[in-house]
Amino acid sequence: MTHRISNKRFRTFLIVFVLFFVAVSGARAELLIRITEGANAAIPVAVVPFAESGQVPAGDKVSTIVQSDLTMTGEFRTLPPGKMLSLPSRREEVYFRDWRLLGQRYVLVGALTRSGDRIEARFELFDVNREERILGETAAAPASNMRSLAHHISDKVYEAITGVPGAFSTKLAYVTLDNVTGKPRYRLQVSDVDGKRARIRLESQEPILSPAWSPDGKRLAYVSFETGKPVIFVHELASGKRTKVADFPGLNSAPAWSDDGQSLLMTLSKDGNAEIYRMDLGSRQLTKLTNHWAIDTEASWDADGSGIFLTSDRSGGPQIYHMERPGAEPRRITFGSRYNARPRPDDDGQFVYYVHQRDGAFHIARTELKTGEETILTRTGSDESPSVAPNGRMLIYATRQGGSNVLTVISADGGAAYSLPAAEGDVRDPAWGPLVR
Amino acid sequence: MNFPAQSKAFALLLSVGLVAGCSSTGGTSEDGGEYGSDVAAVDQEGGSTVYGGDDQDGVSSSSMTDQERMEAQEQAAQQALREITVFYFDFDTAEINQEARDVLVAHARFLANNPGQGVRVEGHADERGTKEYNLALGERRANAVQRFLIVNGASRGQIETVSYGEEKPAVMGSSESAWAQNRRVELVFE
Repeated sequence: MTHRISNKRFRTFLIVFVLFFVAVSGARAELLIRITEGANAAIPVAVVPFAESGQVPAGDKVSTIVQSDLTMTGEFRTLPPGKMLSLPSRREEVYFRDWRLLGQRYVLVGALTRSGDRIEARFELFDVNREERILGETAAAPASNMRSLAHHISDKVYEAITGVPGAFSTKLAYVTLDNVTGKPRYRLQVSDVDGKRARIRLESQEPILSPAWSPDGKRLAYVSFETGKPVIFVHELASGKRTKVADFPGLNSAPAWSDDGQSLLMTLSKDGNAEIYRMDLGSRQLTKLTNHWAIDTEASWDADGSGIFLTSDRSGGPQIYHMERPGAEPRRITFGSRYNARPRPDDDGQFVYYVHQRDGAFHIARTELKTGEETILTRTGSDESPSVAPNGRMLIYATRQGGSNVLTVISADGGAAYSLPAAEGDVRDPAWGPLVR
Repeated sequence: MNFPAQSKAFALLLSVGLVAGCSSTGGTSEDGGEYGSDVAAVDQEGGSTVYGGDDQDGVSSSSMTDQERMEAQEQAAQQALREITVFYFDFDTAEINQEARDVLVAHARFLANNPGQGVRVEGHADERGTKEYNLALGERRANAVQRFLIVNGASRGQIETVSYGEEKPAVMGSSESAWAQNRRVELVFE
């Protein structure tokens, strides 16, 4: 399973890492971050401002970004530096009693050193109660890339405390719609998970939807109406090269990558009705996986990469189904309401997340696959497009807030975390990128 | 709920019906022809037309046969029906309602009589539910209309279908009324 492979890769990844960040377009349109709610059980962490030697870039400080990363998950609350009794940067300077008095469970200290055009970070995380160092590493990045360095440190801290890799270095893809002038502008964008460093990858006057990340994080598949009808493209992010992969009569939609990045699941209606197909991207050969008069769409590989979740209205309304293997008879998963659609499984095969209608409102819900138990995760009422973070701890979805479409990130069990409204216009169709390096 | 285009067209249809009604009962005036001097148009304000005048010695309908008159009436009625090009659907259905059927029959006949004429059938959904399912639902609606047109005389080659799902709402907003106006199929004649 892709994400597992990526996790493994992530865990063993070199301490000194090189960041490739290719800006295809200089245009920026950042999302504003709005933290809605912290969990009550948030773990107190003190992120001490890092010591600096040599010329360290001005702007957002690494420790500030780490602090903001940890806070936005809702799982942590951080201590404002003004309340700290001392500002240690190494173990010998940490007085555990002070941090205990301040009610802190963990303390992160560190230092940044300039070396040529790179910045090296040395950082250590301490468990205050046990008076133990639980993490001590160095990492380096180009001086122009302090955000990536900070997100890397956040990932490490998150993993040291929770045992699960952090997803702060991952990317989001989403579509913004700016209709201020009456001429709609759809923009496919890629940003950090905190909405920063957004880059426009495609701009169109016609709708763009359903972006899907390749497992290596290097390509996006999506549906674009630029030719007047829905057509599937694969877009290589580094080069900006786009390939039209499905342009059959009728629908060409709902692309989803296989774990090996070699094929796409997609919905085509070339034979008159929406069915799920698999397309081998090398040969462009199609295999038809469903054959039913009903709508079959929104396919996604399951956690094993052996079966497929899909939406089908063969029972009369849209419901979630699972095919044990491609082409097998779909088995219905959801029964709780008349409308359940767009399944997205997590990485370890525990849950499937989807859009669920109850009392006229659309929420994000999940079903535990072992027990069939369904939980509604959101209180908002026009929720769409759930996408699970690759570490399975967070979920992003699109909803309406104050008359416009925003993205909201919640913890996977439903705790509210933060929302990402577009600075202008609507933002929709989020896709959380994989853990990759 | 307010559907301006539809109600306008129905008003037009109604007035055609009124004209037809007058001429068939009165037998003194015919729509599409000239009115006699003693047949006055009493009120032509406000979109509706009311005719007055005596029965006696009026202009006869001799310039047209009954057959021709009926055809002309029928043609006007058909044309009025074809003013309607947007058809509405219930949530998560692609069922064509009775009102729409009568209108679509008129469009189908027109297409049958004009083989060179093409039409684009655009299916739409409201914003509720998921984008991809709505894309398929919009297609199902467009296909239902396409099939209906074909069954009633249009040929497949004249019709192109496309679904926009929930991407191109007719009306912005998240009210029952906005949703009702967005769950639609639009015919676009090229």
